[in-house]
Amino acid sequence: MFASHPPLFSNPPHPREVIMLSKRFRLPNSASIDTFLAHGGYRSFRKALEMTADEIIAEVKTSNLRGRGGAGFPTGLKMGFVPRNSPKPKYIVVNADESEPGTCKDRLLMEYDPHSLLEGMLIAARAIDAKKGYIYIRGEYRYLIHILDRAIEEAYRHGYLGRNILGTGMDFDAYTHSGAGAYECGEESALLESLEGKRGVPRIKPPFPAQVGAFQCPTMLSNVETFCSIPYIVEMGGKAYADLGVEKAGGTKLTCLTGHLNKPGVYELPLGFPVDQLIHDVGGGIPGGRKLKAFIPGGSSCPVLTAKECEGLTMDYDAMAKRGTMLGSGGVVVMDESTDMVKVALRIMRFYQHESCGWCIPCREGTTWLRKMLQRFDEGLGRRHEIAMIGELAKNMLGRTFCALGDAAALPTISIVEKFYDEFERKLNAVSAPVPAPGPFPVLNDPPPLGVGR
Amino acid sequence: MLASYPPGRQRSAVVPMLIFAQDEVGSITPELVQEVAKRCGVQPVQVEECVTYYSMLRKKPLGKYHVQICTNISCLLNGGEELWKRACEQTGLGHKQVSADGMVSLEEVECIGACSWAPALQVNYDFEHLVTPERLDEILAACRKGDYVEKAK
Amino acid sequence: MANLVKFTIDGRELEAAPGTLVIDAAKRAGIEIPAFCYYEGLSLQGACRMCMVEVERMPKLQTACTLPVAEGMVVRTDTPQVAQARKGTLEFLLTNHPLDCPVCDKGGECELQDMVFRYGAGESRFTEIKHHVDEKQWSPVVYFDAPRCILCYRCVRVCDEGMGVGALGVVNRGVVAEIAPNHGDHLECDECGMCIDICPVGALTSGAYRYKTRPWEMEHVGTICTHCSNGCRTTLGVRNNQIIRGNNRDSSGINGEFLCIKGRYAFDFYDHPDRLQAPLMKVNGKLEPVSWSQALAAVARKFSDVKARGGNFGVIGSNRTTNEENFYLQKFARQVLGTNNLDHRRSGDIVSLLDALHGQQTALATTADLYQAKAVVVISADLALEHPLLSWQIRANWRHHAAHVYVVTTEPVREDKYSVNAARCAPGQELETLQALRPQLVDEPELIFVFGDTIKGEKVRKLVEFGASLGKPVKYVCLVDYANSRGAMDMGLTPELLPGYRASGMPGLTIAEMLAAEDLDVLWVVGANPLAGASLAARGAFVVVQDLFLTETAQAADVVFPACSAYEKNGTVTNVTGEVQRLKRAVQAMGTKPDLEIIGLLAREMGEAAQLGPWSADKVFAEIRATVPGYNVPLPVILTGGAAQTSPVNGRVEAPARPELIRSARNGLFSSGTLGRYSNVLHSVLEGRRQP
Ligand SMILES: Cc1cc2nc3c(=O)[nH]c(=O)nc-3n(C[C@H](O)[C@H](O)[C@H](O)COP(=O)(O)O)c2cc1C
Ligand code: SF4
Ligand code: FES
Repeated sequence: MFASHPPLFSNPPHPREVIMLSKRFRLPNSASIDTFLAHGGYRSFRKALEMTADEIIAEVKTSNLRGRGGAGFPTGLKMGFVPRNSPKPKYIVVNADESEPGTCKDRLLMEYDPHSLLEGMLIAARAIDAKKGYIYIRGEYRYLIHILDRAIEEAYRHGYLGRNILGTGMDFDAYTHSGAGAYECGEESALLESLEGKRGVPRIKPPFPAQVGAFQCPTMLSNVETFCSIPYIVEMGGKAYADLGVEKAGGTKLTCLTGHLNKPGVYELPLGFPVDQLIHDVGGGIPGGRKLKAFIPGGSSCPVLTAKECEGLTMDYDAMAKRGTMLGSGGVVVMDESTDMVKVALRIMRFYQHESCGWCIPCREGTTWLRKMLQRFDEGLGRRHEIAMIGELAKNMLGRTFCALGDAAALPTISIVEKFYDEFERKLNAVSAPVPAPGPFPVLNDPPPLGVGR
Repeated sequence: MLASYPPGRQRSAVVPMLIFAQDEVGSITPELVQEVAKRCGVQPVQVEECVTYYSMLRKKPLGKYHVQICTNISCLLNGGEELWKRACEQTGLGHKQVSADGMVSLEEVECIGACSWAPALQVNYDFEHLVTPERLDEILAACRKGDYVEKAK
Repeated sequence: MANLVKFTIDGRELEAAPGTLVIDAAKRAGIEIPAFCYYEGLSLQGACRMCMVEVERMPKLQTACTLPVAEGMVVRTDTPQVAQARKGTLEFLLTNHPLDCPVCDKGGECELQDMVFRYGAGESRFTEIKHHVDEKQWSPVVYFDAPRCILCYRCVRVCDEGMGVGALGVVNRGVVAEIAPNHGDHLECDECGMCIDICPVGALTSGAYRYKTRPWEMEHVGTICTHCSNGCRTTLGVRNNQIIRGNNRDSSGINGEFLCIKGRYAFDFYDHPDRLQAPLMKVNGKLEPVSWSQALAAVARKFSDVKARGGNFGVIGSNRTTNEENFYLQKFARQVLGTNNLDHRRSGDIVSLLDALHGQQTALATTADLYQAKAVVVISADLALEHPLLSWQIRANWRHHAAHVYVVTTEPVREDKYSVNAARCAPGQELETLQALRPQLVDEPELIFVFGDTIKGEKVRKLVEFGASLGKPVKYVCLVDYANSRGAMDMGLTPELLPGYRASGMPGLTIAEMLAAEDLDVLWVVGANPLAGASLAARGAFVVVQDLFLTETAQAADVVFPACSAYEKNGTVTNVTGEVQRLKRAVQAMGTKPDLEIIGLLAREMGEAAQLGPWSADKVFAEIRATVPGYNVPLPVILTGGAAQTSPVNGRVEAPARPELIRSARNGLFSSGTLGRYSNVLHSVLEGRRQP
């Protein structure tokens, strides 16, 4: 096999897990088509072949499936936006760029159950009448490209891909497409630019990919987990799928527990799962019995919550929105009382600064300025009046950038300075030693010097 | 690879072609840029735009074993930064530097999608999870000796 | 108009066609929305985020440059939130900007300066170290200073979309992203400088102009480029009687914002060190400087003598001198010298075209038509290199109106890239190839045929027949070489034709015949170089030359008069599409005189001035308007810097077309006949040096 690491799932599963998407993970040789077929694989696709396009889309709508890539947009609606009578070819594009810090769930689906992704794509292709599908995988996931390529090859051999699939007259080809290191290519329109061989710079929206997507044609673009959920919806019916979750958000969610936890890992949990149990039961609690300080519910783009704000909170889109944050991509980051929040703010900003595509002014310049400033704070060289300025500058980015990366950089920053103001104060002049040498900073192809002290 | 894309859309192959070719050649050379441009039917400057945009593409060769250590948030909380510093000390190398014998190079990278198994690193696309300082030492030693076993490539 | 969309901006009720962008609608209503990346006619970017406006029922600010108006939309540009957003974005923009305005070439003309002045904050809160990279030189005429660049991508777009060249790209990512040239460290392109012109800040600067002056120290003189026949309007920046730059300040000409390398930089021949500054006369076989009166007297005496004894004159005119000069010269030749041995170098068969079109007043296309027509057929010309403005117009038409472009050439050309059909033909087989396109062409609602010098004589007639057989409105452009090639034909600088294409009815010699005539007594050459690569058979002929430089012809002269260039005189020229425009004097070159004045002084010296009339450009032009068919163009249009199309299609041309005399020099972007040899800029660029 291509993986070099020990299994990524917990074996046996945690008792609180609801095993659906992960049901084949623990089978021997789970990625092979034989295992897949022996455990219900492609059955939903066969069922979908008996359904009309409208029926499939209606089931997905009923299921309340919301996109698992971060934005949480209802998938059924998105499928419905793909024009029916367009003379242009239509495409399926899978967003397997998984780059949001804190998120590592799509990896499991592709590593242990690649055929379920192909099955999801096939059902979606049937619903929107697409003939080709691309899986855009981040370049760092090289081993997954091999796994998927092999799965695709198996699917061709078994007649699930290619011309006249299962004798129904349906044609569908699937391909993998490697990225090469760019978080921004997870943004759907930047992904499409990248897929077309260009720089990963987002497009003006509208039009959205459903109307004008890959190669300027209508496209259904969704996250890996979203596609993998579709076969279950077809299998159990939209209603049953919806019932697994909460109001307005159906199904289960692969949740990545990361940070200060005794048992970090990826767990399949129903939507609406309580945060408290997430940390203390599933995640095994915080090491050393330390107390919770801060919590990120769905990847580093989300506003950070304090321990107090986590009380009574559940893992679902609307509950998170009420607390001023987002469920995001399911990348939970738990931070205990020992955490230096200034450092966290800096590390997050460093990431967005490094990944900003540079297209628009507020993001390109704002992330750079903020990174430099936060770096100074981290080194004890902040100035008192600048603490408020950090928030102000972040707000000058918020809602004004070309794509959501600017917001993703601004939101956590604003929440951290506002909620952990005292930590910034405490760090003022905290360092008496001379200015430390600048740490290595990941820059692109070693451009000219950048930033404080360089 | 060109056949994967719709007719007239060979440009799509630019990035995958570059990254797979880089694995063979070691880096993106000017000749490679010309060749990819020709095959994909674009101007060399359009290939250059991509080479400098994507952070995994590089114009200078790195070590035989390229060790990429993540220090992003989940890894940071679990000692990623310490691992990075330790690797720098152990090898005497810094960010994107290559050892004199060309065996090892280091890079501090952004999130590599191993957050639940932090701290994590990659050696030539192979994931190493829950890396302890001792494991790091082992990995670096194996790389220096040339007997690190790769799988993902 | 029926289906206009109604909306309000800042409380004003407005209407616009569906699809109009808020930024344009506001501009038309006199409401300014600041923008860097938005540029009319180029693709949308939404990158600078300066144009944010509040729109009712939309939670976030919207970019006015990407938002089409909608029925009932309520837009506000004057709220505190909008003002704050503009201020915030400018603050970001200035963080890595060097703020070196005192030494920046763009100071005073910089959109960033203006924007910060109007919308920015008075102070800076940025105290970090700025990102810096050194300035680069991409070509002799293009410099790039990355720190000043605001990444509006205008240059990238104008090069790719406007020029069809695509020599610029963006490299790196995030804050270190930079504009980059197509060949690693340098550019290989048209060297047109459009990128410099369109740059809102001082990031792209011109090698020819940089650090020479502050913009407000110059006087700006709008005139017409003297190089190719397209007739682009160029604004010359003049200080202390020196032309410091050429650009397109007000975009008011037929070329809009377009200029090629020749229009923008190749005025530089005017102060080439070899420029003639005093009349020369042959003394003991050597040309020596003499006074104007000596030279004029000598020539007048010779002319009078030869005329008195019934000797033979040969007069060769120019396709760069003004209509007034050409008109006056032919009048001089015919009335004073009594000769019809009068010619100039012909580069396109306009005569056959006018004859074939007889009576069809509207069949000649204008430059503007090329931007509007539904379909254009380019035959036998590499338009992008030989007629850059026409190429620009067609390309813009394709981009904005999806015009159908057809190409019939022997070699690949730039137009191929966006043509619906690029047909290659064997030399001489243009019309046969065109026939093959017929099924497509008959489906076009209207067409313009643009043809080069291989379509001449009978072929022009066949082309017009083909056009007529399509049964659609068809117009034509007959390509010619230089700034006033068309005017030289129109003004009757040929033996067979008088001004306005009326037959002269008198015999006369062509250039080749003059050079070959052993009994020629006088050869008078005004602004041409017929002896480059040719010799004069009449050994004893008295040769008079009016020119800027000591050309091959001038070297063989007995008297040489130093003439003004197009930038040193007033008058009019007629471009390839028959549009008349006005030259305006920008500078004065020491010791030179306009050709018109030289001819006039000669007439006076001979005592013949009265019959020719005054030699002021305005007076001669008045006579042209009154007497030359097709030239009665509206004066105000021309006086205000506009272009007026002439209409010389008046019936059959009762004289032979002489297609055998037609040959285009096929100048590319980096050559311009003899004149091109004296432009340092054209030689300095790599592409110019590479030319054969
Ligand atoms: C900066 C940025 C990065 C993103 N990265 C990813 C990603 O890595 N994976 C992903 O599935 N979606 C990512 N998204 C979300 C996508 O734009 C898009 O919403 C998603 O792929 C749609 O699929 P879904 O409806 O299944 O969620 C990102 C969005 C932004 C703005
Ligand atoms: S917000 Fe702007 S600069 Fe940042 S990634 Fe999006 S488009 Fe690029
Ligand atoms: S003009 Fe609208 S974003 Fe630049």
